[in-house]
Amino acid sequence: MVRKVVIGLTMVIVGVMLFTVALMMRPFGEPVSIMDDYIIENTQQVTGANNAVSAVVFDWRGYDTLGEATVLFTAVTAVVMLLRKRKDEASE
Amino acid sequence: MMSKIVRTITRLVTPAIMVFGLYVIMHGHVTSGGGFQGGAVFASAAALLLVAFGSGRVKDYMRIPDLTAISASGALVFIGAGFAGIATTFFYNLFVGSAIFGHVPEFGPAHEDIWTGGVIPIMNTGVALNVVAGLTAVMVVMAIASNKTRDGE
Amino acid sequence: MSAIVTNAPFIGVAALACVGLYIMLAQRNLIKIVMGITIFESAVNLFLVSLGYRNEGIAPIFTNATGTHMVLPVPQALTLTSIVIGVATTALMLTFIVLIYRHTGETDARKSRRVKG
Repeated sequence: MVRKVVIGLTMVIVGVMLFTVALMMRPFGEPVSIMDDYIIENTQQVTGANNAVSAVVFDWRGYDTLGEATVLFTAVTAVVMLLRKRKDEASE
Repeated sequence: MMSKIVRTITRLVTPAIMVFGLYVIMHGHVTSGGGFQGGAVFASAAALLLVAFGSGRVKDYMRIPDLTAISASGALVFIGAGFAGIATTFFYNLFVGSAIFGHVPEFGPAHEDIWTGGVIPIMNTGVALNVVAGLTAVMVVMAIASNKTRDGE
Repeated sequence: MSAIVTNAPFIGVAALACVGLYIMLAQRNLIKIVMGITIFESAVNLFLVSLGYRNEGIAPIFTNATGTHMVLPVPQALTLTSIVIGVATTALMLTFIVLIYRHTGETDARKSRRVKG
């Protein structure tokens, strides 16, 4: 019973906070964009690519992609290592 | 192992999915797409094969040591393309204006030209190998593990 | 009143986040808790993408484009990274659920909390 009251109170407080912030935000469709204007002007000269999103992912912000490839590689290695067959199980 | 209709349609559709995945990977610097998006499309072909034919028949063709070797070599290609321009800085795009992938377009709408981009197509290929081999290895290992648990080992 | 119609994507983000939070708090099955975490991550990705929209803008690709008034490309790159990290985290959580079921035989979050020998 105490558990249901606590869950209900948390949901009410968090819901009111999130919906108030969603109505008070900057209007949708008018972002502040000094950095992105510079990137759109200079992508074809500096990187030579016609796709601005690929140039941002691999050239202007390449360190983030390096970190993401490391996280994916580590997670795959951990999953393959944890679900290995043990030596004392009978193999079919 | 699913019914005969599902197996027949899988045999017809899987090469088309693989060719579409390769198209999305290779044209990452010209139109929408790239390494991560095309890698996910390619790995969904492996998921379709696992579901339609059962993990007992498929696991002899997707062995774990080969898949981890492909994934590691993809990560090495990505890091090697970053170290190629180490004379200036790490991750320097040194192929812009030179012979390999070196056309420089002007500002504004352009025609489709696949020989642009500098180092970006090489990085796309490395990341795509990493993602395809990684997602396939996770799916095959989980299918084998849930088989043994259900048969009352 | 016009603020509700203008800011509709942000209200969608708030609704998805509330649904994901309720599933995480009130469910007892381990796999349903992982589903709640995935819904919450989808809400955060939607928020990141909808922050970068410009009115009457086209996709930020110069091949066969119809102009140069484009939407912002940087939030799309950050969302790509976030989606891949979400996939890696979900794969690890499901692996732990398989190991817990193999060790204790339960999938109830309250019964599998005792530390056995």
